[in-house]
Amino acid sequence: MSVMERDHLLFQGADWDFGTIQRIHDAVEAIGVGELGLDVYPNQIEVITAEQMLDAYASIGMPLFYKHWSFGKRFALHESSYRQGLMGLAYEIVINSNPCISYIMEENSATMQTLVIAHAAFGHNHFFKNNYLFRDWTDADGILDYLEFAKGYITRCEERYGHAAVERVLDAAHALMSHGVHRYPRKKRPDLRSEERREKERHLHLEQTFNDLWRTVPTKGAAAKPQLSDERRRALLELPQENLLYFLEKSAPRLQPWQREILRIVRQIAQYFYPQRQTKVMNEGCATYCHYRIMTRLHETGQISDGSFLEFLQSHTNVTRQPEYDDPHYGGINPYALGFGMMQDIERICIKPTAEDREWFPEIAGSGDAMAVLRDVWANYRDESFISQYLSPHLMRQWRMFYLVDDPDQPELRIEAIHDERGYRRLRRSLSRHYDVGWSDPDIQVIDVDLAGDRRLILHHHVLNRTLLHKDDAQRVLQMVANLWGYAVVLKEVEPSTGAIFQEHVAHPHETLF
Amino acid sequence: MYIIDRRLNPGGKSLANRQRFLRRAKAQIQRAVRQTAGDRDITDLERGGEVTIPADGVREPSFRRSGEGGVNDHILPGNKRFIEGDTVDRPPRGGGGSSAGGDSGEGEDDFRFALTRDEFLDLFLDDLELPDLAKRRVATVETQGMRRAGYTVTGSPVNLALLRSMRNALSRRIAMRRPKPEELLRLQEEIERLEKHEGPSEQLTALHQELEQLKVRTKRFPYIDPLDLRYRRFEPVSRPVAQAVMFCLMDVSGSMTEHMKDLAKRFYMLLYIFLTRRYKHVEIVFIRHTHEAKEVDEETFFNSPETGGTVVSSALREMQRIVEERYSPDSWNIYAAQASDGDNSPNDGSTSASLLRNVILPVCQYYAYLEVGSDSDRMQTGFINHKTSLWQTYETLQEQGANLAMRKVNHRREIYPVFRELFRRRDAEAGARVP
Repeated sequence: MSVMERDHLLFQGADWDFGTIQRIHDAVEAIGVGELGLDVYPNQIEVITAEQMLDAYASIGMPLFYKHWSFGKRFALHESSYRQGLMGLAYEIVINSNPCISYIMEENSATMQTLVIAHAAFGHNHFFKNNYLFRDWTDADGILDYLEFAKGYITRCEERYGHAAVERVLDAAHALMSHGVHRYPRKKRPDLRSEERREKERHLHLEQTFNDLWRTVPTKGAAAKPQLSDERRRALLELPQENLLYFLEKSAPRLQPWQREILRIVRQIAQYFYPQRQTKVMNEGCATYCHYRIMTRLHETGQISDGSFLEFLQSHTNVTRQPEYDDPHYGGINPYALGFGMMQDIERICIKPTAEDREWFPEIAGSGDAMAVLRDVWANYRDESFISQYLSPHLMRQWRMFYLVDDPDQPELRIEAIHDERGYRRLRRSLSRHYDVGWSDPDIQVIDVDLAGDRRLILHHHVLNRTLLHKDDAQRVLQMVANLWGYAVVLKEVEPSTGAIFQEHVAHPHETLF
Repeated sequence: MYIIDRRLNPGGKSLANRQRFLRRAKAQIQRAVRQTAGDRDITDLERGGEVTIPADGVREPSFRRSGEGGVNDHILPGNKRFIEGDTVDRPPRGGGGSSAGGDSGEGEDDFRFALTRDEFLDLFLDDLELPDLAKRRVATVETQGMRRAGYTVTGSPVNLALLRSMRNALSRRIAMRRPKPEELLRLQEEIERLEKHEGPSEQLTALHQELEQLKVRTKRFPYIDPLDLRYRRFEPVSRPVAQAVMFCLMDVSGSMTEHMKDLAKRFYMLLYIFLTRRYKHVEIVFIRHTHEAKEVDEETFFNSPETGGTVVSSALREMQRIVEERYSPDSWNIYAAQASDGDNSPNDGSTSASLLRNVILPVCQYYAYLEVGSDSDRMQTGFINHKTSLWQTYETLQEQGANLAMRKVNHRREIYPVFRELFRRRDAEAGARVP
């Protein structure tokens, strides 16, 4: 290596200091923003220890979070498997906030820090800022303030109403978290900053309009109530409603205001994380593709040494490894591998298309500007639509994918499709469906409740493929719903096409709970 | 771009969450801790460590599909030989095969995690206590202490409440309109100026008069007056004290085999951990005896070897001497734990018994006797319940109604249960005894 070349290197050896990090960031930024055209939130890079990484793991990666035993459980679990050496820690955690916070571990070598900055601070960051789901559903500006408020609010509740009472509400809310999101965009962009103010206003309004005299006004008999039609009644309660937490927060008759607020907090947080669940392949694919391009470029321009580049490649191939189905290490499809594979495939289609690609992807094949296509893809798709649109026959052949159906009525498993002309579309359709959260989460809705009558809450689970709910868990969660609702709750598992009922769960509230 | 070094931030952000978790699963963790403790070495006990609890108690349920029933489909990579329409035998349940259901999330199996030393010991010793510690506390044991009780106008200078005194002085000065030093100064300057420039005049005389008046007033109302002084007042209070002393009596004579000594030491170490962690004011006296007894320090008690004959009464005498010297039964809760292999020289039996009955037991709150046997003891004795001479002596005492607990251990694993039994919390019994 000549003296000249050595001068270009960002770092030598594995050691780094804050000057190195700054240099690395600037070099990565020059390539990421300058050459790849990434559009990112300002970066905030925080160096943490392994201990702090474990802390962050416990609270779903967020820098601050309210207190709950389940986080303690997660912490204990991670800690013991980490200490025994069963588990390595992630190299980084990145938070969808503005500025975008990336945690990097102090143990990482300088090469790994470069990789991590390219991956998280530019790849993920670009995705968070541009993808439509994150833009529609999350408020990167307000999330940290909101978490601060949530933490404070729950602490105050604990002081006022006791740990046990708050814990019961949180337990119930957590159990319903996966059914506490709005799946279809609202008109309004979320604004978490005003949440704290709104909570105060609600509270103030209650206090201001309180007048003890109302208690003394004699009421007429209950007879005069007009009978609402079933239709009207449901419309008033916005039924059917698939957001169970929202429904309970708004309509549960016996909850205290603070209990509603806690449900609201959990619901807001569930909503914040909802896009992440829908974009795992894309998000990781985007970040992995970005770091691969950036690292390669850094090496080409002589800013990192051959040794560093090999170190990077080793960890990169580890991350994007996809074992085959009969491999003992097989544990499902690796989102890093699939995402990275598809991004590279799109690049190939743009630059060197085959006849097949021209037929399958006429609008992008041979367009030449892969980054423009990819930026568009990253902005406007989620996993499900992305796969159903861009999984190419070439990649299916390369992965040698096949489609296996397990029908309990048949004696054997059946290969429904393989990577051939007849199977491409079916393969693609079924893979994309696996990434549709609307399909993988059980579809449970509030159907009806007679508030004037016995107030029994009726939920339906629309059974898909005759797969029922896990019975034990369903009963436990239903018990929590009943506790929140304050009256009996019925969950019917219904075949949507015929209306046949497979199973019914019933739960009655424990009077002592609230 | 900002780089922030968070490494120096305090860690342990999850501590509060961890406590909540431990509280939640306390009963199960406690059970697990007890089980683990049985298999552990005593030095390990001080170290905390891994426990396993059933996952059920800390389950986080959610609405999810069960893995069984219904049509499942999978997209798998790595096809080597299949073509469309092929059928495959269903892999045996739970077997590897295509194992497409591998992503079932958190397993249902046991939940394993590590406790710190403090957490471990707290849980381990949670419901143990020295029996009847309350009795004397209520009765007579009291010391005199002092407590702050407001202010007084008399007192010794060390108790002068400076702040309060100065505040009083200030309010008195304001109320009496004592002239301020600045006022005097200003007047004096005015007079000097007039004297210099204009010579005597009517105004000057008036000013002189005023100054005189103010000076008199200043003198009449001093800056600080004995009237202002306040002293901190203390009043005596009597505080109940839960003082306790534990006598550890160990037989180290020749008849004790290594195994027996080991058992006894384990027992005392457990006792020592328990006392030092749970009670602030417990003193521990170590007495070891052969044919003669000696008070020793902790180090010697646990570690140094010795052999000789066995005279139990020597230890009891030593205890009696120490009690008389240092621990008056009026103000101390006295406990004793004795470990021995049960051998005693034949002519000492009655002496020991009378000593115990007349001297030791009356001053003791609780007397625990632990008999250590050899590992193979149980097998040898079979039906014939061989009783050692000491056991017989103590049994007689117990039948006469003495407050004496006796247990026998042969094996290491019995130490923990026996210990727990001897020192378990006796809330229910205590409640029953009070009429």
